[in-house]
Amino acid sequence: MLAALSVLESVTRTELISSRHFPPPTKIFSTLARELGSATLWSDLANTLGGWALGLALAFAIAVPLGIVVGSSALLHRLLALPIEFLRPIPSVALVPLVVLVYGTGFQSKLFLVVFACLWPLLIQTIYGVQDTDPVAMDTARSFGLGRTERLVLVTLPGAVPYIATGLRISSSVALMLAVTAELVIGSAGLGRSINLAGEGGAVELMYALIVVIGVTGWALNSVFARIERRVLHWHVSVRRLEHAR
Amino acid sequence: MSLLEVHELSKVYGEGAAATPAISELTFAVEEREFVCVIGPSGCGKTTLLRCVAGLLAPTAGSVVLRGKRVARPPDEMALVFQEYNRSLFPWMTARQNVAFPLRRKRLGKQGAARAETALDEVGLGRFVDHYPWQLSGGMQQRVAIARALAYQPSVLLMDEPFASVDAQTRADLEDLILQLRQRFGVTVVFVTHDIDEAVYLGDRIVVLTRAPGRIRETVLVGLPEPRDQIETKALAEFTRLRTHVNRVIKQEAARQPASPDAQGS
Ligand SMILES: Nc1ncnc2c1ncn2[C@@H]1O[C@H](COP(=O)(O)OP(=O)(O)OP(=O)(O)O)[C@@H](O)[C@H]1O
Ligand SMILES: [Mg+2]
Repeated sequence: MLAALSVLESVTRTELISSRHFPPPTKIFSTLARELGSATLWSDLANTLGGWALGLALAFAIAVPLGIVVGSSALLHRLLALPIEFLRPIPSVALVPLVVLVYGTGFQSKLFLVVFACLWPLLIQTIYGVQDTDPVAMDTARSFGLGRTERLVLVTLPGAVPYIATGLRISSSVALMLAVTAELVIGSAGLGRSINLAGEGGAVELMYALIVVIGVTGWALNSVFARIERRVLHWHVSVRRLEHAR
Repeated sequence: MSLLEVHELSKVYGEGAAATPAISELTFAVEEREFVCVIGPSGCGKTTLLRCVAGLLAPTAGSVVLRGKRVARPPDEMALVFQEYNRSLFPWMTARQNVAFPLRRKRLGKQGAARAETALDEVGLGRFVDHYPWQLSGGMQQRVAIARALAYQPSVLLMDEPFASVDAQTRADLEDLILQLRQRFGVTVVFVTHDIDEAVYLGDRIVVLTRAPGRIRETVLVGLPEPRDQIETKALAEFTRLRTHVNRVIKQEAARQPASPDAQGS
């Protein structure tokens, strides 16, 4: 990492790569340090993370209950499989013109795009998780007289949690991507819009500094999720395998 | 009237060309406190029979009647130890939680956890109450599943090859544990096994099934004296006679039909 940075530093300092397009890392980081003291960066970050969090939460609130219902009913799954497979591949970005028409260029548009993109990984994972319930585990609960609801809460859901967690981790990165994209393309307030403005205003170092901020944010969110996942799913095979490897 | 009556029970899996008859017109009765062993070649429908008796599987024809009432769903007073014991334990629960799981509905509170620990102690897992199933060996997992059924204190205990993955000594201990339990609580047991010695040692009666689709080939009465003892009982001439007899019936059954690749089973 350090080696790569120092190579970049010398290459850009000696103008092997034009510093107008790629300023030396030291300059990027000094700009970043300066920006960390400004209110704009923090309000941009709050805006972007706001879209991320609310979008992810809404998608979760829609997709998980829906996934549970669809996953537990063979009929519903058959009915909805086609519409889901049709809607899922639509890139959120393709909906930008429509969304702008309906919601304008504010937070709502960003939210919609994030929710739309996050819905699918969560929905599909929840459906798989519910369908993957071990029939023997289910029969065990049935043989001890547990009713439908009890079986759902005590057997199906705990078994589906690993799948839902994976969906959540995927959706978290998708949400950040879409929040920034919406800010870039539509111009909703946030890091994305500021990158755009910096680029157009020729503030190349600021532009890179903001890109670094997004990268670090994405990495931080991902490691938080991975950590929670490891803790909650200590019993699951995927986590146990990690323990073995250590 | 017997405690449990199985009447002309048939089960066909699938339909049309893919239809597989698993059991065919099985009729037998189990008396209160009786220990009935079911023995038969692999694939002859023993698990199917137990699942129908447990109310988990609807038979294609015939009926299961418990205390005069037709079994349509799992009765509260029954517990089943599954052949796939590892899949019937919940990996997100410790051994104690797994054993206490069916007790939730009995509203025992603290007593439930205590009962779970006692049951785990009885199967020799007192030191492993806080272990997760995947931290235990196959035989230990099987004992957790047995402990769960014991803690539930059913009046009818259905067991599907429950000792298949434990060593000989543990197996002998568990056999005696089940016998004791019947002595103490008067549990009625239907016990599926491949092991002729085990069937003779445990059973009051042995139901020998034919090759698939399972029918009753013969019912053998075991008149061995109580209480049974691993060494004394097995040294009796009557034990040897019964065991030879059951062995012969099974051999004849295997020879009766053209041999198929899986005829030897396990
Ligand atoms: N869910 C199922 N769907 C279709 N066929 C099944 C199903 N379960 C069992 N069978 C068939 O029914 C027959 C009896 O199966 P069963 O599991 O009851 O045998 P078993 O006597 O318990 O065998 P084993 O001793 O190997 O456990 C087999 O031929 C099997 O292929
Ligand atoms: Mg079986």
